[in-house]
Amino acid sequence: MDINDLRSLFTVLAFIAFVGIVWWAYSDRRKTTYDEAAMLPLDDDSPFVPQAMQNQERKSS
Amino acid sequence: MQSQATYNYKVVRQFAVMTVIWGIVGMLVGVIIAAQLVWPELNVHEFLSYGRLRPLHTNAVIFAFGGCALFATSYFAVQRTSHAPLFAPGLAAFTFWGWQLIIVSAALSLPLGITSGKEYAELEWPIDILITLVWVSYAVVFFGTIIKRTVSHIYVANWFFGGFILTVAVLHLVNSAAIPVTLFKSYSAYAGVQDAMVQWWYGHNAVGFFLTAGFLGMMYYFVPKQAGRPVYSYRLSVVHFWALIFTYMWAGPHHLHYTALPDWTQSVGMLFSLILLAPSWGGMINGIMTLSGAWHKLRDDPILKFMITSLSFYGMSTFEGPMMSIKTVNALSHYTDWTVGHVHSGALGWVAMISIGSIYYLLPRLFGKPEMASKKLIEAHFWIATIGIVLYIASMWIAGVMQGLMWRATNLDGTLTYSFVESVKATYPFWTIRLLGGLLFLSGMLIMAYNMFLTIAGGKAVDAPVLAPAAAH
Repeated sequence: MDINDLRSLFTVLAFIAFVGIVWWAYSDRRKTTYDEAAMLPLDDDSPFVPQAMQNQERKSS
Repeated sequence: MQSQATYNYKVVRQFAVMTVIWGIVGMLVGVIIAAQLVWPELNVHEFLSYGRLRPLHTNAVIFAFGGCALFATSYFAVQRTSHAPLFAPGLAAFTFWGWQLIIVSAALSLPLGITSGKEYAELEWPIDILITLVWVSYAVVFFGTIIKRTVSHIYVANWFFGGFILTVAVLHLVNSAAIPVTLFKSYSAYAGVQDAMVQWWYGHNAVGFFLTAGFLGMMYYFVPKQAGRPVYSYRLSVVHFWALIFTYMWAGPHHLHYTALPDWTQSVGMLFSLILLAPSWGGMINGIMTLSGAWHKLRDDPILKFMITSLSFYGMSTFEGPMMSIKTVNALSHYTDWTVGHVHSGALGWVAMISIGSIYYLLPRLFGKPEMASKKLIEAHFWIATIGIVLYIASMWIAGVMQGLMWRATNLDGTLTYSFVESVKATYPFWTIRLLGGLLFLSGMLIMAYNMFLTIAGGKAVDAPVLAPAAAH
C-alpha cells in the first residue's frame, strides 16, 4: 500500500465522518438540545424573547 | 477575580470604538490609492506611493477594522452566551493593546517599504512574532471563557469564532515561517511553487476563516439578537459549520490557475471551490430566514437592513467566487479588476456591513444608552454605503471583463489586437466611478463615527451583570 492509497482512504474517511455529522445533527435526539441552544443569545436582555419563544413553540408543535 | 459579577465590557468597548476609527483610516487609504489610479500624479512621495499604500490599505481594513470588529463581537458573544465573564481579563487587555501596537507597526513599516512581500502577510518577522503572542492570548481568553461557562451548550456562534481563532493561528504560523537576515528583512522558508502554494493556502483560508467563519460567528449571534428570534435552523447551522471546516482548506489553488502549480492541484482547488457554494448558501439562507415571519422589521430597523443586506452580498460573492474559480472563467477574470470587484463585494458588502450592523447593536449597550443617538443617521449610512458598494462592484465588473477581453483579443495573424496601455486607458472612466463608490462608503463610516461620538457623549460605560447559570440544566 503506497502513500496515495492512504491519502484516498483519508478522503473517504473524512467524507464518511461528514455524512455522520449530518445524520447526527438531524437525528431526533438532538432536537431539544438544539432548541435550547438556539435560545442562548435571546434568553437575556432582549425585549422580544417572549415573542420568539412563542414562535419556537409554534414551530415545534 | 471571584468578586467579579459583571461582564467584561471594557475590552469590548475599546475594540468596538477602534473598529470605527480603523475602518475610517483603512478606507481612507483605499480611497487615496483609488484616486492614484485615476491621477498618477498623486504618488507624491515614495512613502505614499501606490505600491506601499496598497498593502497598508488591505492590512488596515482586514486586520485593523475587521480584526477589531471580530475581537469586540467575539468577546461580547462568548461572555453572554456562556453566562460567564471573560477568562483572564489581564490577558484580554493585552490582546487589545498588543493588537493596536501591531496595527501601528504595520502603518509605519509598510510605507517605509519594510515588507516580506507575501500578500495579506506582508508584515516582517518581529511583527509576526507579536501577532503570534497576541493571537495565543486571544485563544486562551476565548477558550478559557468557554471552559468556565455555566450553561451546558456551546452556542454555534462560538463554534465559528473558535474555528476562526484556531485556523488563523495555524495559517499564520505556517505561512510566516521565514529566515530572518536582519531586523527588518526575512526570506520565506519555502521556495518556488511550494512557496506560492503555501501563500495561497494561507491567502484563501484567510478569506475562509478570518473573513468568513469569524463574521459568520457575528451573524449567528447578532442577527438573531437584532431580529429578536432564534436562528432559523440550528441543525443547519451545525452542518454549515462542519461543511465549511471540511471544504474550505482545499480551495486555495484556484489563486494559481495556469501557473507552475501541477494541473491536478489546480483542478482540486477548483472542485473544492465549487463545492463551497453549498455551505455558503446554506449559511446565508439560514441567516436570512431567521427573519422569516418578521420581515416587517426590515422596514424600520436600519441595523437589521445592514445585516440582511450583508447576507445578500455574502450570497452574491459566494456564488461569484466558485464561478470565478472555474478554470475557463478564470482565464478571463484573473489579473483583471473583476477580481478587485469580487473582493470588495465580499469585503464591503459582507464583512463591513455585518460588522457595522453588529457595532451599531453593541455601542448603545456598552455605553448605557437605549439606542444609538440618531436612527436617521444609521439609515443614511445604510443607503450611502449600499449605493457606494453598487457603484464600486458594477464598475469593476465592467472594467474587469473589458480588460480580460482586450488582453485576449488577437488579430488574424496571431498578434495582439490591443497593447496593455490601451486597456489601461479604456479603464479610466471605471476607475473614476470606483473612486466615487469608495468615497461614498467612506462617507458612511464618517457618519457612523459622528453618530458613535453622539452616543458615547453623556453616556457612561456600563458593564452588564453576569446572567445566572441556565435554570434549564
